[in-house]
Amino acid sequence: MPEAYDPQEIRRQAITPAGSGGPMDLAMDEAETLEKTPGGPEGTGPTGKPRSLWSDAWHQLRRSPIFIVSGLLILFLVIIAIWPQLIASRDPLFCQLSKSQQGMQPGHPFGFDTQGCDVYTRTVYGARASITVGVCATLGAALLGSLLGGFAGFFGGVWDAVLSRIADVFFGIPVVLGGLVFLSVVTSSTVWPVVGFIVLLGWPQIARIARGSVITAKQNDYVQAARALGAGSGRMLLRHVAPNAVAPVIVVATIALGTYISLEATLSFLGVGLRPPTVSWGIDISNAAPQIRNAPHMLLYPAGALSITVLAFIMLGDAVRDALDPKLR
Amino acid sequence: MPELTKEAEEATPVGDGEPILEVRGLVKHFPLTRGILFKRQIGAVKAVDGVDFSLAQGETLGIVGESGCGKSTVAKLLVNLEQPTAGEILYKGEDVTRLSGRALKAVRRNIQMVFQDPYTSLNPRMTVGDIIGEPYEIHPEVAPKGDRRRRVQDLLDVVGLNPEYINRYPHQFSGGQRQRIGIARGLALNPEIIVADEPVSALDVSVQAQVINLLEKLQSEFNLSYIFIAHDLSIVRHISDRVGVMYLGRIVEIGTDEEIYDHPTHPYTQALLSAVPVPDPAARDHRERIILYGDVPSPANIPSGCRFRTRCWKAQDRCALEVPLLAVPAEFRLTEGPAAHPSACHFAEEKQVVPPEEKPKPQPKPKPQAAPDAPPDAPPGDEEQDAT
Repeated sequence: MPEAYDPQEIRRQAITPAGSGGPMDLAMDEAETLEKTPGGPEGTGPTGKPRSLWSDAWHQLRRSPIFIVSGLLILFLVIIAIWPQLIASRDPLFCQLSKSQQGMQPGHPFGFDTQGCDVYTRTVYGARASITVGVCATLGAALLGSLLGGFAGFFGGVWDAVLSRIADVFFGIPVVLGGLVFLSVVTSSTVWPVVGFIVLLGWPQIARIARGSVITAKQNDYVQAARALGAGSGRMLLRHVAPNAVAPVIVVATIALGTYISLEATLSFLGVGLRPPTVSWGIDISNAAPQIRNAPHMLLYPAGALSITVLAFIMLGDAVRDALDPKLR
Repeated sequence: MPELTKEAEEATPVGDGEPILEVRGLVKHFPLTRGILFKRQIGAVKAVDGVDFSLAQGETLGIVGESGCGKSTVAKLLVNLEQPTAGEILYKGEDVTRLSGRALKAVRRNIQMVFQDPYTSLNPRMTVGDIIGEPYEIHPEVAPKGDRRRRVQDLLDVVGLNPEYINRYPHQFSGGQRQRIGIARGLALNPEIIVADEPVSALDVSVQAQVINLLEKLQSEFNLSYIFIAHDLSIVRHISDRVGVMYLGRIVEIGTDEEIYDHPTHPYTQALLSAVPVPDPAARDHRERIILYGDVPSPANIPSGCRFRTRCWKAQDRCALEVPLLAVPAEFRLTEGPAAHPSACHFAEEKQVVPPEEKPKPQPKPKPQAAPDAPPDAPPGDEEQDAT
């Protein structure tokens, strides 16, 4: 070593590594990333269209097999909910007691229920009420819950305290007892009172999830960074917090959809949900459950239809959640 | 890059040496409360407890101190992410702590922040173009809509990233590249002051160098003033013109980097400097290490008098009674030497803790050619790889 050690010198070298003259190390930087994420559709040049999370998510969804399968399934269910006569020619309310609980027969592929009604026709016609209740109640609970929960989580303080206590009150209402009390005073024979009741009891669950994930998301530095730039609450909430907090809400909401359809069945079984002559899977499942050993086909078909519907929505929720996460692309 | 030239400069020209930012008696106390329904205050965490400094145009002020001394709170106060309990932050003579609404937004344009952790400071669900372009959406007067995309690409170019990366997401970048994106976002509004809160602490050592070099390059290009907060003393020395040492919410010593590093007079600064690793085994044997005992006192319960007295080997009765002021100590007041800089100690004295530099610090430093004694992690001529 001809030169004496100069600690300062060495320290400075650690900061300014040999050869990092500026442009060279930047070039290395770039070469490395190019290698890490090779071309493909990501490599749109400067002339390409500006892309956003939503357009990228849509681009991703169109190529996702899970989204295509669940989308087609939901499309099919919606079509038969609107026009059940497309695939079922009989009257769901035409029953012959002589055929009570009989199995499969030509022209009656799903057999007959206790009242002697055609199970196939009733399953097809039941889609309308069940899907209406399931989808509307889920949408209502998810919107109300994420709105109030997100608001409570984002603004905190008094808002949080008040909204959380209100949610706790609704959380504490027993479903069956509450249903008996609320719905027995309603005389309407449409699905809307049931939808309303389920939304009323369902939103606190979504609100808690939304509140929690909003609180987690708003602590991130990028929210602070937006605030330091001068962003208002609306921008911070919509652009930064909401997209990063929505995933758990989607998961819980799609799972809740199945619960809501079965809740409708429970309420119908108690005589306060949908009333005859409305046909729904829930009513049929409730009627079939005690007869499971004599005539399992009565339970199998409406329950199967319910399971497929729930599965389709869960898959859809999954695909949407994944598409909204750029890390999974 | 003509569109990145400073526009604000011609509006209010700042003379040489006149501070662009002045902080007076800055205090931030976080209340400690007890009770669920009826909260009553039982004390306060005194995160920042009377900080004064000034920053000139084009200058870099480094702030060092150990964890929990209030460095980051100072940064948040400067960019108005927190409201100070007391004190003034004067930007070109105007107290920004009293501003709100439009006036605050206008000041925010000129004071921007670079965050510590590049992994949490970029929204994972926004493209790089959206992240760097967001300042223009918040301040639409800075750039007309059709021009923004080109500006974002120019900014990417300025910080050394490929402008074609505009549609990528943050997770597709390494830590160093992410920090460049964060810096580009900070530069978007042509600020005059950048508050960098430990901008390289989360990065790999080799990448730290790239980011520091970039910050220095940008400073000379755009005449930026930096508040550079860090706990790595050697990095602060490398980038700073002046350095302030913080302890428990106060600045205990402030001066040029030569005054602080080569002629420290406050015992805390001396102890900090003696802990800097010396890469030379021969020199290491000769130096004196000052080992402090005990922990930093709780900022909720600050010692009386001098706040460093509980760990100071020079502490005497006077230290518990009298709060030392941040001023040039009496014994150095008449001397002209580098030891005559503000130091908040009753018993300030010079003590050499870091081996002196052989030559005056050249700025910027030419690369040493053929360094046989280079540390093994920085082989000569071999470019650093980003952390993967």
